[in-house]
Amino acid sequence: MIDSMTLFFTTDFVLYALAAGISLSLVAGPLGSFIVWRRMSYFGDTLAHSALLGIALGLITDSNPQLSIIFSCLLFAFILTLLDRRPSLSTDALLGILAHSSLALGIVVLALADSVRVDLEAYLFGALLTIGNADLIWILLVSTVVAIVLYWFWNDFVSITVHSEIAEIEGANVKRLNLILVLLIALTIAVSMKIVGVLLITSLLIIPPAAARSLANTPEQMAVKASLVGSVSVVLGLISAFYFDVPVGPSIVVVATLIFLLFYFYPGVLKSKN
Amino acid sequence: MESSDNDSKSALESSGEFSSGVLLAARSINKEFADKKILENISLTIEEGQIVTLIGPNGAGKTTLVRIVLGLLQPDSGAIYHRPALRIGYMPQKVQVEPTLPLTVSRFLQLANRHDRELLGNTLNGLKISHLQDHQLTSISGGELQRVLLARALLRKPELLILDEPAQGVDLGGQAELYRLISDISDSQGCGVLMISHDLHLVMSSTDEVICLNHHVCCHGKPEHVSNDPAYLNLFGASASGDLAVYTHHHDHEHGIGGGVKEHHHD
Repeated sequence: MIDSMTLFFTTDFVLYALAAGISLSLVAGPLGSFIVWRRMSYFGDTLAHSALLGIALGLITDSNPQLSIIFSCLLFAFILTLLDRRPSLSTDALLGILAHSSLALGIVVLALADSVRVDLEAYLFGALLTIGNADLIWILLVSTVVAIVLYWFWNDFVSITVHSEIAEIEGANVKRLNLILVLLIALTIAVSMKIVGVLLITSLLIIPPAAARSLANTPEQMAVKASLVGSVSVVLGLISAFYFDVPVGPSIVVVATLIFLLFYFYPGVLKSKN
Repeated sequence: MESSDNDSKSALESSGEFSSGVLLAARSINKEFADKKILENISLTIEEGQIVTLIGPNGAGKTTLVRIVLGLLQPDSGAIYHRPALRIGYMPQKVQVEPTLPLTVSRFLQLANRHDRELLGNTLNGLKISHLQDHQLTSISGGELQRVLLARALLRKPELLILDEPAQGVDLGGQAELYRLISDISDSQGCGVLMISHDLHLVMSSTDEVICLNHHVCCHGKPEHVSNDPAYLNLFGASASGDLAVYTHHHDHEHGIGGGVKEHHHD
């Protein structure tokens, strides 16, 4: 058992999976906290679903799949932000329509373009263990960019989230900051697809911050602890996927949920040990 | 839209209409929402060290006017002039923090000014809220929250304070104290104040100019003048003047430190 575990953790594809999963968890902590604070989880879902349409369009136009996913996520994020500024439309209904129509359209287009074989399941539920060199480079690149931008604008992002009007009077460019934050979320979702898949991406962004909420007194504590919860979920999720022979993506999400439940019902569980 | 706004601003600026003591001025502001006139031809001026109070019934357009003055909302017509690079401290009517967002009082205040620890300490002491620093913003009382919001506005070292119902959610005794505090701040820091209130009798002693608003300016001037103006009495009912009498009487005694009455004689 120990031997097989050692072997497991020194295998290339497992190391790739760990590197990809942990680096994304580190930025998903703070970024996901903003999604929770700003009640944008449905927004994240819509972006994730639109990513599948991006894959389909990428196949048809014969372009780099990762680039076409990034392009479609950024495009949808931009469109949604513009629509959101028009208060006459119901954001909730609009997101619902866009999320499911883009998911359905993506699947239909993929089915029609059957000259190319596509592993639909890998995109829907993730395929962390099939991550290659190029995937890993994309993930590391995007995580680094997202982390730098988050660090740079951190105080502004928190300020516009707490009270956008006070922030505006104090000199923050609220519209621009909102757009930057949304684009960061879009970028992160676009490269996370391989890890847990279109259907589970938002859970990786939302569950760790939710788990960290009861352990935090400041936004910064919540963000950092969410990163830790996410990283632990990736490691334990990988181990249990190997041990119980279950799919990796859902396994990571299940672990994160168990951690959330633990802290939700026993918020003192860590303190009592100290 | 922005360029025309800038044009009108610079037109006002270059007209030389404003003396150097003017912090901010609004001229002929009009605003409609869904074909309903909210503000009609409103003008106001705020000078250094001056406290201007907007009063009026609910739905009179007070908050809309403040939002236009702040630049958060564009007027349909009219112009806002302000001193170049004017530093404004703003206290909104309502701050509701998401329960999912953990936020201590001191972290909230650092959003305004991260670096000046000394100013933070002094401001907290001045408002008597130092003990609240590590409390969650969601766990403090209404009166304490108003002081925290005032502190955040002050951390910008404002030349102009704009306060939307600063005494909201504060008990009656606390309200009078809060208005006195605002008056003291204006005196000691020399900043102008524009605030919204709906009870004139509470702000009487600490305001220089009252603007009585009900979509248009009903009357304006010194508080003593406004309180006797027929337009004001019409808007707030005759009972308002009865209340006022209580506050404009001359005291014929003072209370000593122990609460005992010290007689003193008029004339």
